[in-house]
Amino acid sequence: MSGISRRKFLKSTVVAGGSAAAAMSSTKSAFAMKEFDGYPDSMGVLVDFTRCIGCRTCEAACNKEHGLPEPELPFDDFSVFDQTFHEGKQKRRTTDKAYTVVNRYETKGPGGPVYRKIQCNHCNEPACLTSCFVNAYKKTKEGAVIYNPDVCVGCRMCMVACPFSIPAYTYNSALHPEIIKCNFCYDNRLKKGKPPACVEACPQEALTFGHRKTLVKTAHERIRSNPDKYVDHVYGEKEVGGTSWMYLSGVSFDQVGFDTTLQHHPILDNTKSFLSLVPMVLGIWPALFMGFHLLATGGKGKKSESKEEGHGE
Amino acid sequence: MKHFIKKGFKPIDSLNSPDDNHRWTMKQKLLLGLSPGEYFQQFRRNPFNWLLLLIFAVGLPIIVYRYFTGLGGVLHGSYDYPWGLFLGFGLFGMVPLSASGFLLGTAVELFGQTKFKPILKLALLNGLLGYFFAVVFLLVDLGCPWRLYYPMFVSWGTAAVLFLVGWHVATYLSVQILEVSEAFFEWVNWPNAKKYIHSGTIGLTVAGIILSTLHQGALGTLLTYAPGKVHPLWYSQEFMWIFYLCSSVFAGICMVMSVSTIVVKTMAWRCSREFLDNIDSITIGLAKGATMALVTYLVIKLVGITHDNEWSYLATGWGKWFMLEIFLGVVLPIILFCIAIRKNSVGLARFTAFLTVFCLILNRLNTALISFNWNLYQEIPHPLETLISITIFFLFITVYRFILYRLPILYSWKTEPEK
Repeated sequence: MSGISRRKFLKSTVVAGGSAAAAMSSTKSAFAMKEFDGYPDSMGVLVDFTRCIGCRTCEAACNKEHGLPEPELPFDDFSVFDQTFHEGKQKRRTTDKAYTVVNRYETKGPGGPVYRKIQCNHCNEPACLTSCFVNAYKKTKEGAVIYNPDVCVGCRMCMVACPFSIPAYTYNSALHPEIIKCNFCYDNRLKKGKPPACVEACPQEALTFGHRKTLVKTAHERIRSNPDKYVDHVYGEKEVGGTSWMYLSGVSFDQVGFDTTLQHHPILDNTKSFLSLVPMVLGIWPALFMGFHLLATGGKGKKSESKEEGHGE
Repeated sequence: MKHFIKKGFKPIDSLNSPDDNHRWTMKQKLLLGLSPGEYFQQFRRNPFNWLLLLIFAVGLPIIVYRYFTGLGGVLHGSYDYPWGLFLGFGLFGMVPLSASGFLLGTAVELFGQTKFKPILKLALLNGLLGYFFAVVFLLVDLGCPWRLYYPMFVSWGTAAVLFLVGWHVATYLSVQILEVSEAFFEWVNWPNAKKYIHSGTIGLTVAGIILSTLHQGALGTLLTYAPGKVHPLWYSQEFMWIFYLCSSVFAGICMVMSVSTIVVKTMAWRCSREFLDNIDSITIGLAKGATMALVTYLVIKLVGITHDNEWSYLATGWGKWFMLEIFLGVVLPIILFCIAIRKNSVGLARFTAFLTVFCLILNRLNTALISFNWNLYQEIPHPLETLISITIFFLFITVYRFILYRLPILYSWKTEPEK
């Protein structure tokens, strides 16, 4: 201490403390953030059902863009809207040959039938991604949820976890089965800042491409300026923690086949309470059960055991 | 076999032949000391073997077929029901029934309940084989089974519950192989290896408890990824893991009771005197343990319904199905076990164990398959899927029996008398 005067010591302490505080305050916000609301520059698509006329142009564009097999019925055949499956309990859905499909819903409203496009909604915190035990999925900063077949083991947990039942699987491939789903045209379009093929093809401007944050504002703006035309709900703004694809409708969403009971926090949250037990069990059980062992046997477990064995033989 | 026993035949249970004191050869050990001709005779005489042959003749080609056509050849290939019997029965059903290993290990090795010692090895083997065949089911069900090791060595999805399940089942399988290997080392006469494994018994047992607590619970947690799909009565975001963990306790106990029943009825010749003399009191003892777990389970199931306020669902068709499952699989077993314990009725306890095992499988199927997509449509498993599941289950029984006949699980191995 002799070399350092009291004044010097105090001064250096204050400086060190101050810089530490400064460093802490800059990282504080990062550490304090427990919620992930999606990447700041995530793109998205706003789907407006009041504008959709069911022309299926988006389906055709998607098919062409991804080189998918020719469908059984051509894209200008509108009898597909009458198709139902499983005794009428299900309409058409995404398959291993179609990333997106449009369905028609007869509704009670005066506006006639409503057409609904379905495809991957590209969640902010996707259940497929967080439930995958080999990390086959990735949420890109542009907002797309993409899948890597090279590490996929084929457990199909993602199909179980997807709250929108979107992923399909090529069950009929023996050697290279993989998950098939919309990838937001990531490689050829989204990465370069271009809208996906379906959006570009839509003749009705029912699909609007843009930054997700802007689209949320656009959606609410449309509702505000036309309160009679829309129900006051932007589907996908909050559902399962928010999705990149969001929807506006003139009729209540349950009438057009949406699950309106979905939680507003990410599916991942459901597993957190259990997963937080894991390190505790790993940390506590050994000592706890060794303690029980000592209490129960008085530490003589080994001896009495060998005696028992002696008797048995 | 009973035929030979009547004639005074004694299956191999020692290192040396008692007559001329020579070492048994591996071939003799495998044939239990019978000549190949005699072995074939007893094999032919047992009608159960013919049933097995029939099942394998039908089932094994279908399994091979699955690898040529992909899963689409044997499943409906549904996108809404990605999981079928292979996981619903094979993984979700077999794993809780295999909790016996860690339960009896804890009772005997940790808590010093030496009363259960005669059945310990059977419980450990039951655990090992159950997990092993759950993995076999997985190998049929996975789209790319040759990538089974990927979550361990290639790509880590650390946030996923399935990651935990995969790792734990793999580690626990290794732990159980070590636990059962003691019997194997005795049989092949490697006394040093046996001693080495035996010195780590306590460590292995504690590892078993940790791994079992976590992955039995994790199996339940898997379904919390599908909140809207599983019917609310079978679903509980908070308690899924404890439902699964708690039910695995009575499931494991009842499974080992059921297996011991089959063993005593069909292969008493292989059991030691010690095993046969104690099995009745052990059965009653196990019934007591199972009853406690069942009562606990009933209470927490009620808490689950109350917590999510699901009482109104009980009045629906799903509610009746749910209440039937709870009545047959929980309430009735509690009553029957209590009567069995009071009257010391081993037969009733055994019947109840079988009932509980059956209903536990029903519970797992209800959660993972039957009530799954309750808002959508029901799917009946593909006939070939059902046949494959039956085949693998009988493969399980065959391997189980093969090991019980040979390794010192039900009897104790007689080593060289010290000179």
